[in-house]
Amino acid sequence: MTGSIADAPAAHRDYGGAKIAMWLFLFTEIILFGGLFILYSAYRSKYPHEFHDAGNELNYVIGVINTLVLLTSSLSMALSISAVQKGQQRLAMLLVGLTVALGAVFLVNKYFEWIAKFHHGLYPNSPDLLKRAPGEVLFFGLYFSMTGLHGVHVIAGMVLLSIMLVLLARKRIHQKDYVKIENAGLYWHLVDVIWIFLLPLFYLAA
Amino acid sequence: MTHAAIAEETGHIVPNATFIKVWATLLVLTLILTFVSKVFHEALSVWAMLTITPLKAGLVFYYFMHLKFEGPLLKAMVFVALGTLVIFIGMLFFDLSFR
Repeated sequence: MTGSIADAPAAHRDYGGAKIAMWLFLFTEIILFGGLFILYSAYRSKYPHEFHDAGNELNYVIGVINTLVLLTSSLSMALSISAVQKGQQRLAMLLVGLTVALGAVFLVNKYFEWIAKFHHGLYPNSPDLLKRAPGEVLFFGLYFSMTGLHGVHVIAGMVLLSIMLVLLARKRIHQKDYVKIENAGLYWHLVDVIWIFLLPLFYLAA
Repeated sequence: MTHAAIAEETGHIVPNATFIKVWATLLVLTLILTFVSKVFHEALSVWAMLTITPLKAGLVFYYFMHLKFEGPLLKAMVFVALGTLVIFIGMLFFDLSFR
């Protein structure tokens, strides 16, 4: 009988292609943030003292704690993929869940940090901010846009990993087919790498 | 790189102990960077930043992102992409220092 399900070709899989495609996407992300790092460097060299003073107003302890949180989430992400590879489906789900939870902890810290800045009258285009020296206005503009864009990426990563959690629960990701969670992991690690660079630029360079 | 080679590399399982060691190293490097930046000043903290930060990123790329176990094609692609960014940043600093 022609046209039956049994005659349909087996689903096409291309692990190498899937991974290279993910890396190509990550390159666009690297260039996106790279452009912002170049912008930051150019303005920092123009206004070194203002950037130094403004950087001192940031709470570096929150910055460092958030770094430790993201680094730990990267560990749980990497361990979850090993668990899938070993066929430990439940452990993998637990570790992906932990990764998403750590992403949430990062965002809660970020929320309190930003709220504290807002209470001091510091937010983009605020009257208090516009009274300051141009270099400080630029510093806080870059601070809000770069950490904000990074925060959006954390949210995107949490959504992506939540989808992976559902696919793991439905056995759509398993020991023999796990490139989706590997690629989601690559994205999560890149978000971590971007934060590794944001920490010294904004919190420690004062 | 053949498809077979890619498929084999995809199946490589990194021991948990390796990931935990990398994570611990990343935490220690973060604390060293923070200590140097907040306790010492200027020259040393700038150098710490320029060395420790790329080292941390490299560890994440190499181990967590599995680059160590990928084939030469993917490694070369990442090298070219990051190299391009480094060239742009280098050109920026040349431009700034000769203004």
